[in-house]
Parts: sequence; C-alpha cells; structure tokens
Amino acid sequence: MTGEQIVFLVVALFTLGSGFMVVTTRNLVHAALWLVSTLFGVAVTYAVLDAAFLAVVQVVVYIGAIAILFIFAVMLTRKDVRDQGPQMNKNWWFGALLAVMTFGGLYFLLQGWSGLSKTAAAIPAGFDAVAELGNELVSPAAYVLPFEVASVLLVAALVGAVYVAFNPRSGK
Amino acid sequence: MVPLSWYLIFAAALFSLGLFGVLSRRNAVAILLGIELMLNAVNINLAAFWRYGNVMDMAGQVFAIIVFAVAAAEVSVGLALVISVYRRRNTVVADEIDMMKW
Repeated sequence: MTGEQIVFLVVALFTLGSGFMVVTTRNLVHAALWLVSTLFGVAVTYAVLDAAFLAVVQVVVYIGAIAILFIFAVMLTRKDVRDQGPQMNKNWWFGALLAVMTFGGLYFLLQGWSGLSKTAAAIPAGFDAVAELGNELVSPAAYVLPFEVASVLLVAALVGAVYVAFNPRSGK
Repeated sequence: MVPLSWYLIFAAALFSLGLFGVLSRRNAVAILLGIELMLNAVNINLAAFWRYGNVMDMAGQVFAIIVFAVAAAEVSVGLALVISVYRRRNTVVADEIDMMKW
C-alpha cells in the first residue's frame, strides 16, 4: 500500500465518519460543526486529486460561507434546536433502507463497469490546471456562458433570499 | 496510485449518507445539511473523472464550480424559507409545515 492510498483511506474514513455524525447528531449546532469537518475532508480529497482550485474554493465557499450560514440559521431557529421528541421521523428505517439500497445499487453498477480499476496518468509537465481552468471559464469558445448564467442565478437567489426572509411586521 | 473505484465508492457512500439524512430527519435545516452532503458527493465524482480522464479537458472542474454556485444559491434560498416559515409558524419540523396539504 502506497502513501497516497493510506492518505486517501484516512481522509475517506474521517469524511464518512463526520458525515454520519451530521445525519445522526441530535444537536443541530453540532451537526453543522460536523458538516465543517466533512467539507474539510472533501477539500483534502480535491487536493489529493490535484484539483487545487477546487480545494481552495471548497474551504472558502463551503466552509467559510455555507457552513457559517447553516450555523446562523440554526441559531435563528433556536427554540427547536434541542426540541423534545425524536430527531428522526417515524419512517427513518425506510430512509435507511433506501440509502443502503442506493449504495448497494451504485456499488453493483460500478462492479460491472470496465473502467473501474483505471489509474490516473501523470499530469503533463508544464501543464497548469488552474491557469487552464481560468482561461476556459472566460473563453467564448468554452464555458463563458454557463459561468455568466451561474452568476446571474446567484444574484437572483440572493435577492430572492432577502425578499423571502424579510419581516414585513417589523418593517426592517 | 489510488484506483478510480475508491473515489467512486467513497462518493457513493457519502451520497447515501446524505440521502439518509434527507429522508429521515425531522428538522428542515437538517434536511438541507443532507442535501449538502449529496452535492459534495457528486462534486467528488466530477473531480475524480476529470483527473482520471483527459486532464487537458477542464469540463469536470468547470462543472464542479457551477455546482458550487448552485449549492450556494440553493442554501441561501432554502435557509431563508426555513427562517420565514419559523417566523410565521414557530416550527422548523418538516412534518408540521403542512399548510398546502389537505
């Protein structure tokens, strides 16, 4: 077993363990903090995959913005954080069964695929993935249209979020 | 070198965990946490297929970045809805938000 495989296994187990805590912890503030460690594990996975830009964006956007937004939302709905009664609904066993069956089905599908044991080719010398990604994102021949549509979507979503969360009674 | 299958099975397990969270939690914020796990699992797949396919073709990473943007939009709108519902109904339990059910 090479060093890279050991790093991958440690990171994967850490991420899956944190993910399990996210979906099972009773206290939602703790669940949001476990989400931070899951997202960090995914960022390390991107780094192992040589996707440096994705790893940085994962830390900045997911951990820095989305996870913090979750913690704010949990605190704003504070009364229900430690609400009495179960955290799972009464059909939780059906959800668990469906999740296990999804994993089993995906595993079965993957076993029948020939490209499964493929290993990655070395990155060509002098190839700068981050520069290439930046070029493709603003090049009219590549992905400038999806990029701009994504930014318009983000503006629309943020304006909509402000409108939805606006409290008409207090007037602010 | 890590074979591609490890990444795909890892992503499948993370996706299933998120699916379990979405289907089983009562709290609406916890359901959104499960959706985040599922989106991350998809992103791992995209990055893995980029690395194990043609590295010169950046489509996988571009797609992952679009998923980041969509996830941020989804979370901001979703949490705004949860906060708005909490303000009006004083609950964030998904079973009790049944105004449209009859």
